[in-house]
Amino acid sequence: MKLLLVLSLSAIVATATSVSAGGHGGNPAVTARKAHMQLYQHNLMILGNMARGNTEYDTAAAQAAADNLVSLSTLSQAGYWIPGTTNAELGDETRLLPAVFEADSTARQIGADLAAASVALAAVAGTGPEAVGPALGPVGAACTACHRAYRVSDN
Amino acid sequence: MAAMKKLLIIVAFGTIAALAAGLWITRPLTVNTEQVASLSGSAADGEWVFHLGSCASCHATPGGDKTVLAGGREFTTGFGTFVAPNISSSPAHGLGAWSQADFFNAMRHGTSPQGTHYFPAFPYASYTRMSDTDIANLWAYMATLPASDAPTQPHRLTFPFNLRATVGVWKALYLRTAFVGPGEDTERGRYLAEAIGHCAECHTPRSALGGLQNNRWMAGAPDPSGKGKVPGITPAQLDWSEADIAYYLETGFTPDFDSAGGGMAAVIEGTSRLPATDRAAIAAYVKALPPAQ
Repeated sequence: MKLLLVLSLSAIVATATSVSAGGHGGNPAVTARKAHMQLYQHNLMILGNMARGNTEYDTAAAQAAADNLVSLSTLSQAGYWIPGTTNAELGDETRLLPAVFEADSTARQIGADLAAASVALAAVAGTGPEAVGPALGPVGAACTACHRAYRVSDN
Repeated sequence: MAAMKKLLIIVAFGTIAALAAGLWITRPLTVNTEQVASLSGSAADGEWVFHLGSCASCHATPGGDKTVLAGGREFTTGFGTFVAPNISSSPAHGLGAWSQADFFNAMRHGTSPQGTHYFPAFPYASYTRMSDTDIANLWAYMATLPASDAPTQPHRLTFPFNLRATVGVWKALYLRTAFVGPGEDTERGRYLAEAIGHCAECHTPRSALGGLQNNRWMAGAPDPSGKGKVPGITPAQLDWSEADIAYYLETGFTPDFDSAGGGMAAVIEGTSRLPATDRAAIAAYVKALPPAQ
C-alpha cells in the first residue's frame, strides 16, 4: 500500500513538474508540497464523510484511507520543504510562510504529532464510523496547528 | 474695531465651548459601579467564554502557555504596531489589582482603570454586547489563570493615531451595543458570533478610520496581519450547508477537508469546546446573514 501511495505521489509530482518544465512556470518544491497536501485531503475526505454520515461506512475503504494517512505522514518530505520556496520568495505561488524554517519552528513536532494521530486513527478506522470521528480530531488539530502558524491565512 | 473685537471673543468662546462639548461627548464612559459590584461570576462558566472570545490568541505569549496571558504579541496595522498587553492575574503587571467594575469598563466601554480610552484593537466594540453574566463569569475565570510579571510593552503608533483622545471620536462614530445581523430565530447564534466570538472584527471590512462597515457585514476583508485575506461568510460568498459550518466549527475541516489556518484556527479552538447546539446556532446565524459584497 505504501509503495502504491509513493508511486501515486511520484506520478502527480512528475506530471506537475513536467508541466512546470514545459514553460508554465512553478516551483517544483511547491508542486510537490501541494500534491502531498492533496493526498492528505483526499484521504481525510473519505474518512470524514463516513464519520459525518455523508457516505456509507466501508470498513476496507476507511482502513485504507487511514493507512494512507500513516504513510503520508511518515514519508520523507525533506526534498520539497526547502528554504527559499516560501511566500516571501515566491509570492502568491505558495502560502507557506518563512517562519516554518526559522530556528524556533515547531513544524517537526507538528509533523510528529500528525504521524502519531494518524497511527491512532488507523488503529480504530476499521472498527466503525463512531470511532472514526473522534480519532479524526487529533489529526485535524495537527493540520490546523501547522496551517495556523505556517500558512498565509485565507480562512 | 469694537465689533471685530467682539466677534473675536465670540469665536474664541465658541471654539472653547465646541472643544469642551467634544471632549464631553467623547469622554471615556464607565459602568454603574454599584450595579456591577452585586454580580458574582462563576469561573467554571467563564471558561467557555474565555475560549470563544479567543483571549489567548492575542494575549498569550506567542509559542507559550495559552493560559499565561503575558501579552507581547505584536499586530502591525496601517495605524502602527499594537502590542498586546499583559492581562494575566499579576497585580503589578496584569489585571490582578483590578476590580470587577474595572473589567466591565474595559469590556463594555473600552475604558481603562485610569479613565483613558483603550485602542479598538482590543475588540470591545463587539464585547460591549456581552451579557452581564458572561462578563462576570469571564472575569471570575481569568482570575484563576496564572500571573506573569512580564511588563506590558508600549504600542508604536503613528501620529495622530497615538493620541488616545482620538479614540473617543472613534467610539462616538462606531461603538454601538445594538446587534447588526439577523436575530429572528437566530438570536443565540447572533449573540455568540457578534458579541463573544467577535466574528465581524475580522470578517467585516473597515472604513478608513478603522470602523466596521455595517452595510458590508461579514462580507470579507484583508487579514489583520497584512498577509492574506479573511473570506466573506455571507451567502454571497459561502455556500456551505448549516451542517458543514457546524462541522467546521467543531473540527476545523472544510467540506472538502482542507483545514482551518491563520486566525481562524484560534477561533476553532474556542468553538470546538462549545455545545453542539451552540455551534448549530452560530451556523444558523451565518446562513441567515443577508448577502453582502
